Amino acid sequence: MASTVLASGTAADRAPGSLRRYRWWLLLIVLPVLLIAGGKTGLVSDFQFLQLSLMIVYSIAVLGLILLTGFNGQISLGHGAFFAVGAYTAAILIDQHDWPFWATLPAAALACFVAGYLFGLPALRLEGHYLALATFALAVAVPQILKYRHIEPVTKGVMGINVFKSDPPFGLPLSNDQWMFLVVLAIAALMFWIARNLLDSRTGRALIAIRDHPMAAGTMGVNVAHYKTVMFGISALYTGIAGALHGIIFEFVSPDSFRFELSIAILVGAVVGGIASLPGAVIGGIFVQVIEKYADALTKKISAAVQLPLELEPWLIYGIALIALMYAMPTGIAGGLAALWRRLRRL
Amino acid sequence: MRLSKLMLAGAGALALAFTATAASAQKKYDDGASDTEIRIGHTNPYSGPASAYGQIGKTIEAYFKKVNDGGGINGRKITFISYDDGYAPPKTVEMVRKLVEEDKVLFVFQTLGTPPNTAIHKYLNAKKVPQLFVATGASVWGQPKEYPWTMGWQPDYQTEGVIYAKHILANVKDPKIAVLMQNDDYGRDYFNGFKRGLGKDANKIVQVATYEVADPTIDSQIIALKNSGANAFFNITTPKFAAQAIKKAHEIGWKPAHYLNNVSVSVGSVMKPAGLEASQGLISAGYLKDPTDPQFDKDADMAAWRAFMDKFYPNGDKTSTFPTYGYAVSSTLAEVLKRAGDNLTRENVMKQAASMKNLEVPLLIPGIKINTSATDFYPIQSVRLQRFEGATWHLFGDVLSNEAD
Repeated sequence: MASTVLASGTAADRAPGSLRRYRWWLLLIVLPVLLIAGGKTGLVSDFQFLQLSLMIVYSIAVLGLILLTGFNGQISLGHGAFFAVGAYTAAILIDQHDWPFWATLPAAALACFVAGYLFGLPALRLEGHYLALATFALAVAVPQILKYRHIEPVTKGVMGINVFKSDPPFGLPLSNDQWMFLVVLAIAALMFWIARNLLDSRTGRALIAIRDHPMAAGTMGVNVAHYKTVMFGISALYTGIAGALHGIIFEFVSPDSFRFELSIAILVGAVVGGIASLPGAVIGGIFVQVIEKYADALTKKISAAVQLPLELEPWLIYGIALIALMYAMPTGIAGGLAALWRRLRRL
Repeated sequence: MRLSKLMLAGAGALALAFTATAASAQKKYDDGASDTEIRIGHTNPYSGPASAYGQIGKTIEAYFKKVNDGGGINGRKITFISYDDGYAPPKTVEMVRKLVEEDKVLFVFQTLGTPPNTAIHKYLNAKKVPQLFVATGASVWGQPKEYPWTMGWQPDYQTEGVIYAKHILANVKDPKIAVLMQNDDYGRDYFNGFKRGLGKDANKIVQVATYEVADPTIDSQIIALKNSGANAFFNITTPKFAAQAIKKAHEIGWKPAHYLNNVSVSVGSVMKPAGLEASQGLISAGYLKDPTDPQFDKDADMAAWRAFMDKFYPNGDKTSTFPTYGYAVSSTLAEVLKRAGDNLTRENVMKQAASMKNLEVPLLIPGIKINTSATDFYPIQSVRLQRFEGATWHLFGDVLSNEAD
């Protein structure tokens, strides 16, 4: 069921002689132009650009998990760990080795691919729930490891590292946050394009076959172990790049930024967005940033508006939203919207 | 003729220009200030392991409500915007960026905690937004040369650490010292001061244990410290862990000379949860009149504070030091803003904050005054020692100033 979302999407994209193929690319140009214009006139503040950038960053992280879980059938509760590795790689290279920010991205990608690939090797022996638990342990361990006394000179321990992003190049008349928003958007577009082509290839079909029936895939000559470990590496690479971008635009990393709640948030983002859908990753990223961060403020506002006599738990709205979504749209928001669209067209 | 006309016109234009600048010099505003409003930003842990400090934020909010009810400061209402950061630095960074870039506050005030303030230290100084009277006593907040936009308020931790070290050396026979500290710059700052105070006797420290602010308990650390055979204990912990440490030490029958850092002297938030029995004999340093100390029952400041609590923060804890702290620090800020007058630029706010001479602030222990200058960004630099007896703190000894120098 989940794969139909992807199939219908790519079929539409390929419709011959149609402009619809380019509609997403068009959106990619029009949207930032409008936003930058908004920023110039003061309608969109720098802080809002940061928020938008964070949404895109989380979308890349969610995409990494969707590739692994949605298309390859491996569950991970530990992607926050790879996010942290990416962020720290970037922060340490910028802060202590004076690298330009763009050069840290390939380094973070490589570090995370290696980490993910190595973690994927023993994880091969673990299926389903056991893999989930092993990855969860990773997510719990990483913040502690970052505080470890003997690597504190490098990680700066619990106090974290301040990162400073460079000014826009060529004297572009943009603020830091506007410039980084464009950079993050371009990188995200590239990452999504690569992911779509990957899934649309022989490799992608092998990955999906492994998800649907590993034994059958093996019988057809797919090297299951190889694909699974490489996929774990690629997934970690995606999340690591997201982490590096997060460190760069947020200008600060600390162990507290990458507690295990982050891993859960990425998983929730993937499920809410649509676990086997690329547009789902975008929705998931927005969900992580908006609902996660503002559930607390929203709860307060609502209880103040209706003048509730009791104090609500900050996570109440988050929980209710999650339960409601899972009932109303079991295939995630992307799947739910696609189903809704099909029904509307039939009317 | 033509020339004189021209000159006359020129002089007129010049005069006009002068009056225009004179008029604009009277009222000057940066972001967050106007004829009717002053916007102040704040972050505080209202949730999480350090949520006991949430009382400070609520007190400050109540204080400015009182100010606004009385007509504001120089006719301007105070808009106090406070966000929960849960004592987590990344959350502080996000909330402070929101305060500066979206809420457009004039300055940030009383952001709480050493790790959270460290995370925003460089950002605010790069943006030239005052980070005023931070709620932490780390010694790094008083560096006007490197960080001209950041100022502390309470006595710094290093000074306090030195005072305890000297007291141990003078009063504990054959001291063997155990230390429990939070594993961050707050803990390290106290510990460094303490070691400096011990000087050549630093080898008297027999065991140091640390904890993370996210840890659920510190029971095992206390047991390890007891087993070291120490007879003096320097307890560098935030309220939740201070209460746990006092309680656990009492439960396992460890009775060292117990020195508790000033950040956890709140009777309502620490001694009561730990048990008054377990808290007997604790030694700490204070600079604020404790609301549970009967010697201040007839004090005018205390009466004014109680009336304020009844009216503006009725469900606040009147045995806790956090509302007295919030009241005193808000009074200091109100005085700074009053002196800033109509020149509400960020620069002038810092200038006024850095030129307080012998300022008397309500609820400070008699004899302690606030002094700052362009080179001295440590407003309060004096404390008195106090011992916990019965249900309250009892001050003893003289006012101690600049012990670290």
